Amino acid sequence: MSFNELLPLAVLASSLLPGLVIFLLPEARVGLRTALNLLGALTKAALVGILLAGVYAGEEYGFRYAVLPGLELVLKADALGLLFMTLSTVLWLFTTLYAIGYLEGAPHRSRFFGFFSLCVTATMGIAMAGNLFTFFIFYELLTLSTFPLVVHRGTDKAMRGGTVYLAYTLAGGALLLTGIVLFYSLLGHGEFVHDGVIAALGPEHADELKLIFLLLIVGVGVKAAMVPLHGWLPQAMVAPAPVSALLHAVAVVKAGAFGIVRIVYEVYGVEYAESLGLLTPLAAVAAVTILWGSLRALAQDDLKKRLAFSTVSQVSYIALGVALFGPLGTVGGLVHLVHQGIMKITLFFCAGNYAETLGIHRVGEMSGAGRRMPATSIAFSIAALGMMGAPLTAGAVTKTWLMDGAQAAGMEWAVRVLWTSSLLNAAYFLPILYRLWFRPAPATWPEEHIPARGWRETAWLLLLPPLITAAATLAAGIYAEHPLSPLSWAQLIAEREYLTAP
Amino acid sequence: MTETVIAPMPWLVMLPLAWATLAFVLGPGRGARLALVALVAQLVLALWLAAQVSAGAPQHMAVGGWPAPLGIALAVDGLSALMLLLTQAVALPIAIYARAYFSAGSEEGRHFWPLSGMLLAGINALFVSADLFNLYVTLELVGLSAVGLVAAGGGTRQVAAALRYLFATILGSGAYLLGVALVYGSYGTVSLETLLPLVTAEAPRLVWLAGGLMLAGLLLKTALFPLHYWLPPAHGGAPAPVSALLSALVVKASFYLILRLWLGPFAPLGEAAGWLPALLGAGAILWGSVMAIRAARIKTLVAYSTVAQLGYLFLIFPLLAPDGVALQAGSLHAFAHGLAKAAMFAAAGALIKATGQDSVAGLAGVAERMPITLFAFGLAGVTLMGLPPSSGFLAKWLLIEAALGQGYWAIAAMALAGGLLAAIYVFRVLRQAFLLAPSYAPLHPVPRTLEWTAFALAAASVLLGLRASELMRLLAAGGAA
Repeated sequence: MSFNELLPLAVLASSLLPGLVIFLLPEARVGLRTALNLLGALTKAALVGILLAGVYAGEEYGFRYAVLPGLELVLKADALGLLFMTLSTVLWLFTTLYAIGYLEGAPHRSRFFGFFSLCVTATMGIAMAGNLFTFFIFYELLTLSTFPLVVHRGTDKAMRGGTVYLAYTLAGGALLLTGIVLFYSLLGHGEFVHDGVIAALGPEHADELKLIFLLLIVGVGVKAAMVPLHGWLPQAMVAPAPVSALLHAVAVVKAGAFGIVRIVYEVYGVEYAESLGLLTPLAAVAAVTILWGSLRALAQDDLKKRLAFSTVSQVSYIALGVALFGPLGTVGGLVHLVHQGIMKITLFFCAGNYAETLGIHRVGEMSGAGRRMPATSIAFSIAALGMMGAPLTAGAVTKTWLMDGAQAAGMEWAVRVLWTSSLLNAAYFLPILYRLWFRPAPATWPEEHIPARGWRETAWLLLLPPLITAAATLAAGIYAEHPLSPLSWAQLIAEREYLTAP
Repeated sequence: MTETVIAPMPWLVMLPLAWATLAFVLGPGRGARLALVALVAQLVLALWLAAQVSAGAPQHMAVGGWPAPLGIALAVDGLSALMLLLTQAVALPIAIYARAYFSAGSEEGRHFWPLSGMLLAGINALFVSADLFNLYVTLELVGLSAVGLVAAGGGTRQVAAALRYLFATILGSGAYLLGVALVYGSYGTVSLETLLPLVTAEAPRLVWLAGGLMLAGLLLKTALFPLHYWLPPAHGGAPAPVSALLSALVVKASFYLILRLWLGPFAPLGEAAGWLPALLGAGAILWGSVMAIRAARIKTLVAYSTVAQLGYLFLIFPLLAPDGVALQAGSLHAFAHGLAKAAMFAAAGALIKATGQDSVAGLAGVAERMPITLFAFGLAGVTLMGLPPSSGFLAKWLLIEAALGQGYWAIAAMALAGGLLAAIYVFRVLRQAFLLAPSYAPLHPVPRTLEWTAFALAAASVLLGLRASELMRLLAAGGAA
């Protein structure tokens, strides 16, 4: 087996193997568990670095294995997959650090970190999947490995959230499977190829292809939390903060959004999808989701629920970008895959910090928290401003490209949707910022767990990850033109995969 | 005709007979070590036989050199080699499990070794038999030793369940034997091979009746809904290793026979009525799942899950004709379910032994102290739900492919719905693992062997999903279809 075949497997193994060992570790082996976690995360980062350099230079990495005659497990590392992989790898490292601090002294940590590693393995598999069959395998693996994380606390509320999560995702998986098997029986394979594979089929299959598209998009739309399939996401908020961060920024909703990208561009091919008239309905659903999520976020007092509805809204920017027929929208949608991840993970880290340090769970309790926890609050403010699309942040880059894309595609209504969404984002984030910085603090905090010591407002491991991701939010905005920025990589993908193709 | 010095076929029958007899002679509770050594040999033989079949033609043999009309003919093709492999692959870990499960001198395990040896001899003989009457004999051997194993548990509930099981199995074999007699009366032969060209669509009514009787008897033995009434008390009440053998292997034996007749001599009759097993299969999936979801006792839950999973096997019947995909789906599912269900009963047995009680709700907080067992249950559950990368998933994929390919949307929908229903009852157990347990009831220590054998079976059922192409090649090589 050559090096280029082995590398994708090594990426999977770098989190799978530590995960399996961690399952077997006794609770008390904190040091060894932490070492394994970090070793896995750093190894994966190094491997993904090699892949990035290789793919940039035009190398091809792939692995094939026939499960049954005509049914292959295919892993490949291409530019699009690497966008998602890099995001997951980097944020996994920070989330691991954060989780180590967050769960200090909590029970069941071996179980937690074991499933945590499996979850990242599944995400990597989704990113590297080279056909629909492989995609589905890892997609379901992700469902299974995140369930234990969602119900980790073991309370009745957690169980209800977990049950709702399973009901949505398993049902979505069943539809996805139907679509995939239909697709295979029509074409005999489901490879992800530039420009899609269905052009080989004649126009007589148009109706079947539309039906399959519906099944596939509904299947991945559940995880992407597109309205009306988003009901599980606010319920899953009962999970511990690092899990919410992972679910919202890296793993689950992103897997769904990424699935939409793969299906539209590499199964159907964007031009063929447009000619079948599939993109406009997709754009419409994305637009409805964007507005509905923002409207619901306005009404939430629970901080994590407000963030959850904000995710519902923001993730559909990606779908909207994909559905805007044209290169500008593509770049906007792809780059938002990364930008939304960085910003949303910062917000969830900060929400976790408020809850762990001061016992703050509701927006109403946040008054004056800015002075008690200035560093956390600065990070929160940067990310929130980014979500609104304020200048100098990653969010501004996304919005500019999406709006240009909408204009170029002649979809004026999409521009209006984006503007409305920005206003709504401001309407639910600005009151929080106002409370943080300008309202007086209460005499006592709801439940102060971690007392301030000097200028250290909370535990180190809780503080550093959001500060770094907040800095990344600014960097991605200010240095957007830098050749190593997410934007440049998204442009590379757009150029390589969609624009140069015949 | 392949005549080698040691042909694996007869030995697969002789070996278990031998160790069963020796175990009987040694006395109650003895003979475990002997059985284990023999089972290792049986597994090697089954693998060897599979390799032979995979490489070349189907294997035939006339015992003692007497050809078919007088002597006993044995035959093995891809399908039977596959089932033999499953039988030995389940029997060995379960024997290791049973040795640890029945503590020395325990009342429950007194008759386990001789009876399970007889059972395995019967099952293996069934898979290599090539005529209707021999099949009847093996069917009786399997049925009676299975009833014995259930009754050997000793409790009132078990004896009652065994009695019910006895009536069902005797009624089933009686109907089958009547059918065989009618076939013999019509054609003067019971050889499957000779019958093949004789039975046609224009066959007399009497042959139809014979086919119907045999099928009904076998359906009763396979516990297809609504003839499943005897299964949950028998499988749910027996000691865990027995339940594992019954659910994983015994019901598969009569299913194999149905498949054999349906694809063989009775194909012309079967084609007209393919919808009937599928309809009952769908009923089994729904009813079995609902009852599993409502079951209060963990082993009842697992037993009803068997009722539901058997339903899948019958969904393939309308799809069998054009190509081999449906047969592949059915045999792979039988294999996957065999491993997974053995694992699930083994895990359930370990949990019950540890907690000293049998209710699903009583498992709260157990996972923390028996993670391997819960993990085994979960992995087996993944196979039963048909989630990737398990072998159950591949079987489901093939089934849906066959169904959609031939336009049977309802069957595909049923397979998918069955998976979701399975998720409900599997997660009913698994969620207990994550519940906060307010007070810790004391746990009885359980031998590690129980946990790890359950885990090995479950892991095998999942990992088989990545190595299924060999099995499918074996199936195709024998040319069962």
